[in-house]
Amino acid sequence: MSATVIAGPVAEAAPLRRFGIGDYLTCLRGIMWREALRFVHQRERFVSALVRPLVWLFIFAAGFRQILGVSIIPPYDTYVLYEVYVTPGLIAMIQLFNGMQSSLSMVYDREMGNMRMLLVSPFPRWFLLISKLLASTAVSVLQAYAYMFVAYLWGVVAPGWGYVAVLPALILCGFMLGALGMLLSSAIKQLENFAGVMNFVIFPMFFASAALYPLWLVQQSSPLIYRICTLNPFTYAVELIRFALYSEVNWLALAVVAGCTVVFTSAAVIAYDPARGLMVRRGGGPA
Amino acid sequence: MAASARTAGVPALSVAGVSHSYGARKALDDVTFDVPQGRFTALLGLNGAGKTTLFSLITRLYDTRHGRISVLGHPIDREPGQALRLLGVVFQARTLDLDISVRENLLYHAALHGLRGREARARMQEALEDVELADRAKDAARRLSGGQMRRVEIARALMHRPRIMVLDEATVGLDIASRSAIVGHVRRLVRDRGVAVLWATHLLDEVEDDDRLVVLHQGRVLADGETGAVIAQQGAADIRGAFNALTAGRAREAGEAA
Repeated sequence: MSATVIAGPVAEAAPLRRFGIGDYLTCLRGIMWREALRFVHQRERFVSALVRPLVWLFIFAAGFRQILGVSIIPPYDTYVLYEVYVTPGLIAMIQLFNGMQSSLSMVYDREMGNMRMLLVSPFPRWFLLISKLLASTAVSVLQAYAYMFVAYLWGVVAPGWGYVAVLPALILCGFMLGALGMLLSSAIKQLENFAGVMNFVIFPMFFASAALYPLWLVQQSSPLIYRICTLNPFTYAVELIRFALYSEVNWLALAVVAGCTVVFTSAAVIAYDPARGLMVRRGGGPA
Repeated sequence: MAASARTAGVPALSVAGVSHSYGARKALDDVTFDVPQGRFTALLGLNGAGKTTLFSLITRLYDTRHGRISVLGHPIDREPGQALRLLGVVFQARTLDLDISVRENLLYHAALHGLRGREARARMQEALEDVELADRAKDAARRLSGGQMRRVEIARALMHRPRIMVLDEATVGLDIASRSAIVGHVRRLVRDRGVAVLWATHLLDEVEDDDRLVVLHQGRVLADGETGAVIAQQGAADIRGAFNALTAGRAREAGEAA
C-alpha cells in the first residue's frame, strides 16, 4: 500500500442533503439484492426449503388420503383429496420456516458482525428492518411458487386465477412470519439457542393449526387443542392462503394476519431500537 | 465551501460526560474528550478499558443514556441520520459478508448510504484502488487474508466520504507488515484528505508523538491532550512510560480506596 494514490479530498465532501424517496428505494433495493445474493449462494437453503413440504406432500399426504376424509368445507365446494387440503398448510409451512430461517440469519449476522453495518446505516432503523422483512418475504414468496409448481405437476391444481389471487396473501403471511422471526431473533442471544425456536415455536405453531387437519375435526377430538388452534396466528395464515387459492377472502383470517403483522413488526422495531430495545435491557448489543 | 464554514471550529467528534453500565458493572464513567477535525486521535486503552462500548455508543448501536455524543455538531441521539452519514466505521470484529464478493460487499454498503448506479460503482473502484485491491473485486470475501479484509473494510467505510473515521482495534490479529500498511494508509487519509480519525488501540507503538491522545482505563479518561504534553506531564521519556505511570497511579488509587 506504499504507492497509494489518494483521490479527491474526502473532508470537503458535498453538504448533506435530505434523503429523498430515490435514496430510500436504493437502500431497499440494496438490502433485497443482498438477500437474493445470499439465497443464490446458499443453494442448499432453497433445496431444503422445497424438499421439506414436498416430502409431506408425497409421503405424508399420500398415506393420509386413505384414512382421512375431508368433508365439504369452505372454500371447497366439493370433496377434495387430502393433498389438496394440506397444500395451503404446506405453503404456509414454507413461509414459517423461511421466517425462522431469516431469524437464524439475523442471529448469525449479529454474531459475525454483518448486522452492525446494517444498523449503522444513516437510514431510520425502522426502515432498515422493514426492508429486511420485505427481502425475506420476497424469498419466501418465490419458494412458495416453486412448491406450487411442483405440486401442480403432482396433480394438486388450484383454479387458474387462484395462483394470482394468492400472491397478496403470500406477501402478507410471509411478512407476518418474517416479523415474528425478527422479533425472536432480538431475544436469541446465541446461535446455539436457535434449537429452542424449533422446539417451542415452529413445531407447536405448525401442528396446532389448521395446516394438517380441518378445525372441525380437531374440535371433535379435543376441544382444548381446538382452542389452542384458534389462538394460533398460523392457523389464520393457512386459511388466508387456502381461501386466496380459490380467489376468495377469509375476512377473519385477513384481520388476524394483518393485526399480527402490525403487532410483530412494531415489537421487532422496538426490540431493535437502541433506546428501548431488548438488547439494551439485557446489557448485550445488537451486533 | 458552506458546509466547511459552518463546521469550522466544531470538533469532528465530541464525547461529553458519557457513562454506560451493563447492569451493576460500569463500563464507562463520565468520559469526555473531543476529536478535532483533520487530526489523528489515538484512543489508548488496555483490553476491557471500555473502548468497544464507547464505539457502540458513538455508532448508536447502543443508546447514550448519560452524556452526549455529537458528530460535527449533530447529536447522535437526536440526529442519528445526519451523524451517521458523516461517520465511517471499522469495527473490531470483521463485518464483511463472507458469502458474497468484495464488490458486492462494497455495493451493499453504498446502497445502505443511498448511493446507486454509476456513482456507487465509481466510488467502489476508487476505494478499492486506494487500498490496492481492485484486482480482488470479484473474489469472495472469505478468500481474502485478514489484512486484505481490513483494507476492504477501510475502503468500504470511505465510500460515502465521511468526515471522521472511527476504527476500533483495526490492526488486531494482523502481522507486522499488514499492521504498518493499514496504519500508514489511515495516517495518509488524515494528512492528504483532512479526514479526522479516532483510532482505538491497545498497542503503544501505534501512537506517534504528534497525535492527539486519549488514555482510557477502566472506563475513565486518565489523559486527554497532545501526546508530547501527556508524556511531559507524567515526567516520562516516552509513551510507554507515560501510560505505565498513568495506569499505575490509577491502580494505586484503587488499592488505597480499597
